[in-house]
Amino acid sequence: MNPRTVTLAALLTLALDASLEAARSQLISRPVPTEDLVERGRAAFTVSCGFCHGIDARGGEGGPDLVRSEMMLNDEGGDLLGPFLQVGRPDLGMPPFQLSDSEVADLAGFVRAQSQAVINRRLYVIQNVVTGDADRGRAYFNGEGGCGGCHDPAGDLAGVASRFDPPGLLNRFLYPGRGRGGARPLSREATVTPAGGAPVSGTLEYLDDFNVAIRDANGNYRSFSRDAAAVDVDDPYAAHVDLLGRYTDDDIHDLITYLVTLE
Amino acid sequence: MMRRRASWPALAILICASTIAAQGLDPARLLGPPTDAWPTYNGDYTGRRYSPLDQIHGGNVGSLTLAWAFRQNTRGPAPGAGTIKATPLYVDGVLYYAAPDHAWAVDARTGREIWHFAWETSGGIHIGNRGVGMLGDTVYFETPDCFLVALDARTGDLRWTQRIADVRQEYFCTPPPMVIGDNLITGVGGDSLDVPGYLQSRDLETGELRWNFNTTPRGDEPGAETWPNAESMEHGGGMTWLPGTYDPELNLYYFGTGNPNPVYAGHSREGDNLYTCTIIAINPDTGEMAWYFQVSPHDTHDWDNVETPVLIDGVFEGEERRMLAQAARNGYFVLLDRVTGEHLLTTPFIETLNWSSGVDALGRPRPNPDKEPQPDGTLVSPAEPGATNWYAPSFNPDTGLFYVHATESWAIDYVTDTGDNPQGFAGMAQQLYARHLLQAVDYRTGTIAWSHRYSGSGGTRSGLLSTAGGLLFAGDPTRNLIAFEPATGDILWHVPLHAPVSNGPITYEMDGRQYLVAGAGDMLYAFTLPD
Repeated sequence: MNPRTVTLAALLTLALDASLEAARSQLISRPVPTEDLVERGRAAFTVSCGFCHGIDARGGEGGPDLVRSEMMLNDEGGDLLGPFLQVGRPDLGMPPFQLSDSEVADLAGFVRAQSQAVINRRLYVIQNVVTGDADRGRAYFNGEGGCGGCHDPAGDLAGVASRFDPPGLLNRFLYPGRGRGGARPLSREATVTPAGGAPVSGTLEYLDDFNVAIRDANGNYRSFSRDAAAVDVDDPYAAHVDLLGRYTDDDIHDLITYLVTLE
Repeated sequence: MMRRRASWPALAILICASTIAAQGLDPARLLGPPTDAWPTYNGDYTGRRYSPLDQIHGGNVGSLTLAWAFRQNTRGPAPGAGTIKATPLYVDGVLYYAAPDHAWAVDARTGREIWHFAWETSGGIHIGNRGVGMLGDTVYFETPDCFLVALDARTGDLRWTQRIADVRQEYFCTPPPMVIGDNLITGVGGDSLDVPGYLQSRDLETGELRWNFNTTPRGDEPGAETWPNAESMEHGGGMTWLPGTYDPELNLYYFGTGNPNPVYAGHSREGDNLYTCTIIAINPDTGEMAWYFQVSPHDTHDWDNVETPVLIDGVFEGEERRMLAQAARNGYFVLLDRVTGEHLLTTPFIETLNWSSGVDALGRPRPNPDKEPQPDGTLVSPAEPGATNWYAPSFNPDTGLFYVHATESWAIDYVTDTGDNPQGFAGMAQQLYARHLLQAVDYRTGTIAWSHRYSGSGGTRSGLLSTAGGLLFAGDPTRNLIAFEPATGDILWHVPLHAPVSNGPITYEMDGRQYLVAGAGDMLYAFTLPD
């Protein structure tokens, strides 16, 4: 698996995820340290701090977690860390460190980056979803899942594994209706039959409890009150929704492990 | 003669008292049912969102007409500030409400802006603001960067501020402060960096701290046995981001707490993780806990349990009881005795729920360990937004039904941080399919008396409102404000707005007329009957 592909796909997936309202609504009010500064800080931290505080700054042999440290989260460019390091905490076994302002800023930048990596969920990466058994997945596809009734591994699914990364493909087959994994959802077709009139079919544009609107084959937008019209929506995802209530977690991992073989 | 002999201080008191009577909110009005005022987030302390007004009823609701519409102007770059999630307060002809970094007073007769207060933010997540609290001529609200702000209700002028949490540690603040006696109850939010939750009482005049209640234990305090170590408790979450309810006779304040942290990774916090995802009864004068009931032991799905604990007085199994009901984000309806905390009932209110293997001997939903998030993903129902969420439910004593906007949904839940010391969310939930319902729950049995499945797609964010006029108001997932018949679920009236209803609708009587006010996106809409 190519880590870069997964990362980009995970980012894309998250960017499309309406449920991450909190992440989107986050006001970015703090400067993010540059990559160079963070890398200088990482090198210095590993040598001078990592032994006690852990190389990831989450705490280690005797030294506390700095990622969630109140002082470090309130630090700007080393303005709190610098004076602290000049004194240290001799009572707790931490000696003073005599560092230049830029060295302190590097260390503070590294710790800030570690905190941001926790805070910013867009940076989270799904590890590996391909943990099932491909043969069992194929059997489920052709048997209990009934997938073969609509899909053909040599037809519409040929090469599907090259169009989606595995987490995206997992989302996609579980429910294709949310436009995730690099593809838009399929449109839904509907037939509206006005009272005493002839049925009209088209692509569903809008539906609530009171009104329905479709785009007919000629491209005309047509809306109807549901008080005086019957609506029949052809939901192409109905079988997927039905399976959500029946899958075991083994089933979904077997299926994804089979589907990633369709390259 | 008396007047001439009155001392200056006495005169000042008289003048103050008359000012309060004319323009302010008398504390006694907080105790009444919501008729000519809607003085707290839920209208009254019970959390029922039930109004005794009946001028608008099933026979005339079809002729409701627009009285006015108000579009707010936030004039700022703050993302998320545009959607009205706040329930407005209505006091003496004026509506008061807030959005992130903003507060308004609006003339309830005309929809004209009286004042607009804008806060210069220092950061924080701007996901929403649920509204203001009020007493006398002071309006209180919380900001995303966790300041408690007191404003002059007459002018919108700033009176004072107090910092109630550290935004640099990823706290952010959304709830309306609650006035109870001499206490201004404030809560906090924030899931990103494992900060601990707390509830506080603040002084009404100055905002100074009166007491603090930590929602996770410290040291060897009770509940510590439900965590592996001190560090896990101190970073254990349990936020307090929705207002609770209050029984004046018992002098108990009831509120729910948020999920434990790290959010999706439970392996560094084995145990029940008290008092996260818990309903807590507390003495509002001292901050001392009277009882608790944990609705989601050891949550790993981000299901904050802050949903309104609604106070119900009625019969349960042939006995008159004082009860408390909650439709929880985890999909269970819970009924408790609110005097003692005794468990009475726990039943699911959605059909798709798959994360729990049933109810334990204490009445708590028991998590199924196989449905905890995994590095390769676990299929979970409901999805992360939950079977319901912050949007307010309603209880109608006339029907005995508890109404809640519900979602039947699935997600794949992942742990992304599998190390020994996971931090923050440490995972994610990828949302799949969701369908949206209005559920009418019989509080005595937990059975679903009726269910309305909305045709439209999109989320449901609307709170609910019941009235003695035999009406249940709700916003659907598209753009409609709807009046349901509360015993049957039949639809009696609807109107499409420019955006989905995004707050809890309120109703009040003014000039002898009953008004209905709902927020949708960046607008407030007021409806009343024609002349």
